[in-house]
Amino acid sequence: MIETSNAHGRPGAGGEGRFSHGDLAALAVAVGAFGVAFGTTAASAGLSVWQVAASSLLVYAGGSQFAFVGVLAAGGGPWLAALGGLLLNLRLIVFSATAAPLVAEGARGWPVRLLGTHLVTDEAVAAAIAGDPRTAGRTYWRVGVVVFLVWQVTTVAGVLLGGVVGDPRSYGLDLAFPAGFLALLWPSLKGPAAAAGRRAAAGGAVAALLGVPLLPAGVPIAAAAVAGAALSRGRREVAA
Amino acid sequence: MSAVTAALALLAVGTFALRSAGPLAFRRRTPPAWLSASVPAVLAGLIAVATVAGARDLVIDARLPAVILAAGAAARGWPFAAVVTVGVLTAALLRLAGLP
Repeated sequence: MIETSNAHGRPGAGGEGRFSHGDLAALAVAVGAFGVAFGTTAASAGLSVWQVAASSLLVYAGGSQFAFVGVLAAGGGPWLAALGGLLLNLRLIVFSATAAPLVAEGARGWPVRLLGTHLVTDEAVAAAIAGDPRTAGRTYWRVGVVVFLVWQVTTVAGVLLGGVVGDPRSYGLDLAFPAGFLALLWPSLKGPAAAAGRRAAAGGAVAALLGVPLLPAGVPIAAAAVAGAALSRGRREVAA
Repeated sequence: MSAVTAALALLAVGTFALRSAGPLAFRRRTPPAWLSASVPAVLAGLIAVATVAGARDLVIDARLPAVILAAGAAARGWPFAAVVTVGVLTAALLRLAGLP
């Protein structure tokens, strides 16, 4: 079994050490609600059902897909919309590095490795590294495949359903992601051995918030990654 | 091909390139510690931005108390689904009560 990059060495997801079926179901509901919302928004911005389906299949990054149609809906050009989406996805560099051994686990050929690479999302990586490192690879693939399938179905459903479902914010569903990330992150930040993780998390939050008024959307999260890495390196150099 | 379709193709190719960076660079190796350490920083940044960020400013609305209560549930070791439920329900109730 490949050891993953769980630097914290503590079980997450409520201390069970694994991402349970119930946890996955809750995540799927939240992702599905936003999939429907994205489909609805994209249709109202003028995208066809084929463009939405292709976007979900090939881009497969909800935040950047929302940003893309948001720019179009506001009257912006498609190239500007693509640039905005790419800025939002800069964080995937960090997540893809963490996911590298998880992608390799169980991937016997290049088509499966390509699929595993395409499944890199905040949710799949966060769920995988929050749990037991011995099961991180399986968790990554399980969460990645389920979230991918739910996103494909619900974004197309959103186009077809139109405005029937309404705004998921009115149901509080926009809080599902920060609350879910908290549930995954918190257990890994407890205990004296997690001091570096706490420092990185605090630095990342501060850097992101400082960047919001100053930087284009997406770049504050890249600033959080840089802050976390810098704090980690600085501490090691002091220790050396 | 329309400009929108071409731009979507660019976004898809660019996003896959970003996703490929890690597996291409590290394959089966564990990435260096400083890179792994930036994962909690990115997650914390995502939480912070989703909690108080507006378009180009910071705003206090129903999201902040919802995330604080969810953090309390996470600190008590509640399961993932319960923490998510606390955050979602708190935000929904506060918005029902008229908070933005």
